[in-house]
Amino acid sequence: MLNYILRRVFVAIPTLLILIVLCFLLMHSAPGGPFTSERPLPPQVLANIQAKYGLDQPMIVQMWNYVVGIVTNFDFGPSFQYKDRSVNDLIAAGFPVTLTYGSISFVLATVVGVSLGVAAALKHNTLLDYIAVGVAFSAQVLPNFVMAPILVIIFTWQLGWLPGGGWEGGKWPFLVMPVIALSTSYMASIARITRSSMLEVLNSNFIRTAKAKGLPTRTIIWRHAMKPAMLPVISYLGPSFVAMITGSVVIDMYFSTGGIGLHFVNAALNRDYSVMLGVTILFGVLTILFNLVVDVLYAWLDPKIRY
Amino acid sequence: MKIAQNLFAGLLTSTFLAGAAFADSHATHPVTGQALASDQTFTYRLLDDIPSFDPQVLEDVDGSAIARDLFEGLMNQDTDGNLIPGVATGFTTNDDKTVYTFTLRPEAVWSNGEQVTAGDFVYAWKRAVDPELASPYSWFMELMSIENAKEIIAGEKPLDDLGVTAIDDQTLEVRLTASLSYFPQMVTQATTFPVLQSVVEAHGSDWTKPENIIGNGAFKLVEYVPGERVVRERNETYWDNANTILDKTIALVINDENQAYTRYLAGELDRTEVPSGQYPALKAEFPDEAVSFPRLCNYYYTFNLSDSGPEAFKDVRVRQALALAVDRKIITEKVLAGGQPEAYTFTPGATAGFEIPEVEIATMSQSDRDMKAKELLAEAGYDASNPLSFDVLFNTSEAHNKVAVAMSQMWKQKLGVQVNLANQEWKTFLETRGNQDFQLARGAWCGDYNEASTFLDLLTGPSGYNDGKYSNPKVDELMIEARSSNDPQPLYKEVEEILASEMPVIPIYHYAGVYMLDTDLGGWPVDNVQQRWYSRQLYKIAE
Repeated sequence: MLNYILRRVFVAIPTLLILIVLCFLLMHSAPGGPFTSERPLPPQVLANIQAKYGLDQPMIVQMWNYVVGIVTNFDFGPSFQYKDRSVNDLIAAGFPVTLTYGSISFVLATVVGVSLGVAAALKHNTLLDYIAVGVAFSAQVLPNFVMAPILVIIFTWQLGWLPGGGWEGGKWPFLVMPVIALSTSYMASIARITRSSMLEVLNSNFIRTAKAKGLPTRTIIWRHAMKPAMLPVISYLGPSFVAMITGSVVIDMYFSTGGIGLHFVNAALNRDYSVMLGVTILFGVLTILFNLVVDVLYAWLDPKIRY
Repeated sequence: MKIAQNLFAGLLTSTFLAGAAFADSHATHPVTGQALASDQTFTYRLLDDIPSFDPQVLEDVDGSAIARDLFEGLMNQDTDGNLIPGVATGFTTNDDKTVYTFTLRPEAVWSNGEQVTAGDFVYAWKRAVDPELASPYSWFMELMSIENAKEIIAGEKPLDDLGVTAIDDQTLEVRLTASLSYFPQMVTQATTFPVLQSVVEAHGSDWTKPENIIGNGAFKLVEYVPGERVVRERNETYWDNANTILDKTIALVINDENQAYTRYLAGELDRTEVPSGQYPALKAEFPDEAVSFPRLCNYYYTFNLSDSGPEAFKDVRVRQALALAVDRKIITEKVLAGGQPEAYTFTPGATAGFEIPEVEIATMSQSDRDMKAKELLAEAGYDASNPLSFDVLFNTSEAHNKVAVAMSQMWKQKLGVQVNLANQEWKTFLETRGNQDFQLARGAWCGDYNEASTFLDLLTGPSGYNDGKYSNPKVDELMIEARSSNDPQPLYKEVEEILASEMPVIPIYHYAGVYMLDTDLGGWPVDNVQQRWYSRQLYKIAE
């Protein structure tokens, strides 16, 4: 197992390098640059700026310097847009925010989603099942960019219970709406996956055998059905967790949480190359990490899987 | 009415001394006599996070507003946009307006207690042109025609050659390479604000962080949460602190305008933008809160007159026909519906000292314009058998799309012209337009200073912004003459008349500021067309 993990970590390095190169090339192939503006800068001013940020160097040199900066100093470079700050500053300010509301949303979505899914599967084709499926589908078709403004209209404007946005270091009233808006659609997906997977497992031979042996229902569910039923859910949870903790553009935009979600879009629009690379690398590292976690969990859940 | 009253009050505050008892809940405004709220906090919406607080580096409108609170330049603007003393009590100039000498007030101090000296300005101005800092706004120092600015930016001369000298701590001399009558207007721009050398050098690029920053403005930066908020509080050491009423200003970053509007309704904001197209409805519902006022910005379409442009646009009759057939009344009243003035000239009528000349197109009725447009296009050889067809390019935005669709329909119905609309994401659009890879493209400009040349210079040959590559030596000549003229208005008028007859661009409308302003907010400078507002002009009225 340890060997397997080490091998995966080793493979992650070239994967990340490919990611950096691709991202670099894609960013630079987009028309315009970080300093393209409504008023074209006089050539000399532009030349000074490009020299300052090293943009006057050949692309391969820029890329090399960038990677060297990361490896030797963990320095992801300066932001071209936010001139008083570095990419490290921006991620250090935004990532804790998204990590907080993302983790809470993840736990909520998982607990509620799995419970709803299991309950629906156990009471298959009963009123409870219909309600659970109904709730899950409604939550799924209500995207968060529709949900977010509705929440603010109800809870901020009409009821006056919650602040309409902001973060204030993550005090709970500021967390409620972002968490609800972010978690519902994940919750719905988790409930659906859990339900169908559970139904499949409950109809399989080994469950029939367990029933025939006269095991109590509770033991059948918890000892025998739960683990295999969770496999597809786990594979969904890995990437979802990464997506949730790296923030959502919609959540950051509507609730002004100051998370890093917005950088994914703004950095691309602003041609803020270094910020774009920084958040992409963060996203890449987390994705690789949590895919590994999922695979390790698989081995634990399914005895048929051996690494 | 209320706005006029509040505005009047704001205007007079600066001239009346009123003691420092404003925080008291029973205090009244020294001029209007309105009871002041005990909580003097103003909260407003920011569209985006602030890229920088560094006066020499920043280049955006919202960042400049914050810089005007944190720092004070030589001159300020009052609520009408008139020039009033700032750190300088006044200035003198030589006859040909190439040397300006500013006298600094001795009571001006930094928030750490040190005196603001002429040397601080010299340091800041050198910093603005320093190739090492590489400020994207260094071009502004070039525009100010400061001696050697251009050469220093180009790395051809050392920093110390910049034409600015501290004669003594209270006297600053500026030498220009050209005679500029509007130079004092330009020193209200954040790029020219002083910074404290010891602080900048001690902290490097971290000097603008709230824990490090030292300013000389009426407010100081106390909190900055990226992507969320910027908080500034009254600076007790500011020389005119006794006349500041507001204690705190909070800027909240809210990207979505509808979300901001909901939070305004919930009482979380004192000021926000009216969501596009909703002004008439909101004006009816909240007549005291929804306000629209002219701004110093224009909106136009530019023909590509370079070699890569279509042959048809080289014919002035085609350009005129297209300009005539645009019904600006429909665009301003039905499409935008935000109180924007219709435009027939490039320079907005709100520009200081500028009187809109009576160009022919402005005096005609729309049906006459349409008739003339048809005639001109027929003369140019375009009809049903040989229809005119071209591409229109604008940057992606719902509002621009609406205007472009409306115009293309007008052209199609009135003139039988075939128009292909295309939109591009902002930076791609700028690149495409800058490379003359378009036929007819959207353009807009907000004045850098309140004088007609900030607009008309754009259509001169050497202008870097002249993406349509319009070139008329007469226009260039008149604009050079206007720089040193004591009364440049007739020259500007002549330029506008040339533009109206040659029609290198189609002016559509001039911008309006469309805000929701809470009725308990006093002093908002609606008459300052550049919207150069200062927190110290504002106050909260007791409800």
